Amino acid sequence: MAKKRLVVVGNGMAGVRAVEEVLIRGGAKHFDFAVFGDEPYGNYNRIMLSNVLSGEQDASEIFINPLDWYRENDIVLHAGAPVVKIDRAAKIVISETGVREAYDKLLIATGSRPLVPPIEGIYARDGRLKRGVFGFRNIDDCNAIIARAKESSRAIVIGGGLLGLEAARGLLTHLDDVHVVHSGKHLMTMQLDATGGVMLEASMKKLGARVHLEKSTVRILGEDCVTGVAFKDGSTLDCDLLVLATGVRPNAEIGLRAGLSVERAIVVDDQMRSVDDADVYSVGECAQHRGRVYGIVAPLWEQGKVFADHLTQSNLDVAYHGSKIATKLKVTGIELASMGSPEPQDGDELIQFAEPKKGVYKKLILRDSRLVGGILLGDISKAAYLMQAFERDAPLPDERLTMLFDFGAPSHKITLDEMPADAQVCNCNGVTKAAIVACVAAGNRTTKAAMDATRAGKGCGSCKTLVAEIVLHYCGGAVEEDPSVHYYVPGVPLTKPQLIAAVREQELKSVSSIFDALAGGVEDAASKPALASLLSTVWNGDYEDERGARFINDRVHGNIQKDGTFSVVPEIPGGVCTPEELKRIADVALKFGVPLVKLTGGQRIDLVGVPKELLPAVWGELGMPAGFAWAKSYRTCKSCIGSDYCRFGLGDSMGLARQIERRFRGVESPAKLKLGTAGCPRNCSEALIKDVGFVAIGDDKWEIYIGGAGGSRVRKGDILCTVDSEEKAIAIAGRFLQYYRENAKWRERTYDFVERVGVEHIYAVVVEDSEGQGAALDAAMQAAVEAACDPWKEAAAPKTVNQFVSTVQAEA
Amino acid sequence: MTRQATIGKVDQIPRGEGRKFRLGGVEIAVYHTQSGEVFASQSDCPHAGGPLADGLIGAANVICPLHERFFDLRTGACLGGDCAGLRIYPVALTAEGGIMLEIDEEGPTAAG
Repeated sequence: MAKKRLVVVGNGMAGVRAVEEVLIRGGAKHFDFAVFGDEPYGNYNRIMLSNVLSGEQDASEIFINPLDWYRENDIVLHAGAPVVKIDRAAKIVISETGVREAYDKLLIATGSRPLVPPIEGIYARDGRLKRGVFGFRNIDDCNAIIARAKESSRAIVIGGGLLGLEAARGLLTHLDDVHVVHSGKHLMTMQLDATGGVMLEASMKKLGARVHLEKSTVRILGEDCVTGVAFKDGSTLDCDLLVLATGVRPNAEIGLRAGLSVERAIVVDDQMRSVDDADVYSVGECAQHRGRVYGIVAPLWEQGKVFADHLTQSNLDVAYHGSKIATKLKVTGIELASMGSPEPQDGDELIQFAEPKKGVYKKLILRDSRLVGGILLGDISKAAYLMQAFERDAPLPDERLTMLFDFGAPSHKITLDEMPADAQVCNCNGVTKAAIVACVAAGNRTTKAAMDATRAGKGCGSCKTLVAEIVLHYCGGAVEEDPSVHYYVPGVPLTKPQLIAAVREQELKSVSSIFDALAGGVEDAASKPALASLLSTVWNGDYEDERGARFINDRVHGNIQKDGTFSVVPEIPGGVCTPEELKRIADVALKFGVPLVKLTGGQRIDLVGVPKELLPAVWGELGMPAGFAWAKSYRTCKSCIGSDYCRFGLGDSMGLARQIERRFRGVESPAKLKLGTAGCPRNCSEALIKDVGFVAIGDDKWEIYIGGAGGSRVRKGDILCTVDSEEKAIAIAGRFLQYYRENAKWRERTYDFVERVGVEHIYAVVVEDSEGQGAALDAAMQAAVEAACDPWKEAAAPKTVNQFVSTVQAEA
Repeated sequence: MTRQATIGKVDQIPRGEGRKFRLGGVEIAVYHTQSGEVFASQSDCPHAGGPLADGLIGAANVICPLHERFFDLRTGACLGGDCAGLRIYPVALTAEGGIMLEIDEEGPTAAG
């Protein structure tokens, strides 16, 4: 059967979401798609424009569907092609640019545009908005406002509703003098009562905005360019930037011209079809359903689902019954959620709490024990629960106080478990709790991964905390786990011990042979460095070293910088170098014009910004071994002065650090290893927060600490044992490091490893040798030490063609 | 209008790696996969300008070395969906191992 063609007029959130819903239902088997959009972009999240204006996000960050998405789904996109005509008799859509698309089914999702109030002087002589006057609806508006703000000293926003306040907040990041002019008696007239309005006004003033109430604008001043506004009471206010936030108007004219019934917007039935034509659907802000036109995003998701169910015939009985309106204000620094009507009717039950000093106001309106309206200002901790109850018309608990406050703080555990699976967590993107939980179970075990996979929290962002809590809760509890979280790398379905066993047994000696033998021949780029490291751990030098499997740092033996250059850190054991070496480093830096010379936290010298092609020459002139500052390997051992000079020194920490460096240098590991030695418990060298730390306590005794961290997390190392000689300290450290090398997951630092495995278990294996593997661990470490070599020697003998070439000049 | 240009030999790129080539004023990342296939794309990552030729290469994809943006080398699509796609240059290999690219006459334009 030939495919039918679905043409969508409108490339905004409603139209594209509707297409996604069709795709989810397998609609690609039955339909081809073409989408017309006015703007020359992919589809973006209009809700986030206020964040773009405030600079909290870049415009590039708010795209939902980049152009590639259309290509991947075989959707023809006519961007920058406003539709001028729908010929329903011929079933053809024609754009201003002359593009014609025939349709079997048509979806009109043209959204709305800023309502330009009929104020004298708002237009310039050419019929366009006067210079300096803007709507606030799309990316171009946003960019134009930002550009104008840079050369303005005062901005006025007309309209004190949700959009106006968000615009004002955004403008305050560019300008000090921002005024909100509102014709109502208080801000957010639709959503707030007088008390809430007064408190919100105070909060806006605290942010720096000036608020003018009951001011009706009668004239825009200025010849070609706005210079101010005049009010009905005769007063005026100067400005050079004016933003109109006085509401939106449905883009329904296209429907009217096509002969469809249009009242305030295109009139649709419960299946989102035009009441005049069963092949024409409409969703979003251009559609009018049961007399209502919605101007917020949440109803779009419901409408899109109904449309898709009906179009694909997945559920022909589906019907849209209208949406209840709940909103949150997205103004950083102000917490405000509102639901339904702000004022009670006769017979309604009213529950209120106000603490003006703290700016907290809560008001709930109940009818038959169901929430019909509400305001939460200054504290929206209960908003998720209440908005849910409101949207579902759910009965509320008899204990009314618990609806406003968390007394005795019932734990989130209960709340999250009790939350219904289909409860909507992210209203912007229509993501349910069940979707997030499923996504966590599928292995997305960080908030970011869950957000990327579901888009939850990627709308206005106000639900991010809740998303994070859900992810944490369902990651941490006794939740069913996806086995892949235990795999060493995502691309090979084996744990590390299983993988090592298989590699040994089948004598797999290259990364490609591992993919062939254990992963069905599927090459996973992200898994390669981990596998290369594992081969080095298992076979030491005796394996096929496919250089492409290494991260770039390990191919050219430097740390890549943001501009593509590399850093060069020579080995300086114990942080001690001779004056000759110091001079040589300086000479090299001068000779090669090294842009930055930096002392590192590991007591070494970093030459930063060396282009790839200069690396061999720089290494050659330094004449020092590599410091492995780029690698997942032993890196360095920081030390204090120790006993030779320090009047408090109890042990030769400097000498021990040098011995340690000379032993373990170049030994690969699952993550970087930073060690430290301290000559006394004063811990000047921070040995207590190192992967392995050695602290002298006198009489040749050393305490050994493992699993310390001083990075993104700070953790004091666990004491493993105390030994009575330097030799024993090095031996214990070597055995621990080998155990870690064989058992830690890729990129799992010792501090995570020690917590996962338990220091008691490590003590048993390493110190007591309870499992009898001590000798094997020692031998394996000895082999690794012997196999390690200085990769900077590749300067004279590159391992691969063009190894140190930044750019190959093409043949003429 | 497109034209064909030979920019070098496949043996100038080790298997499993990429190299950046300069052709006239244009820089192009060329990738030689472990299985012997060759792909070419714009040289800088659309996210933050990372050198894609220094990336990790899979069967037909590349991971940028700076922030791990992940691209399909057949289509140019960003597989994580978190940045713009890559401009891809169709590649043909000559019998002698020469790498022939299809280049726009007016030079490359940014991917959309």
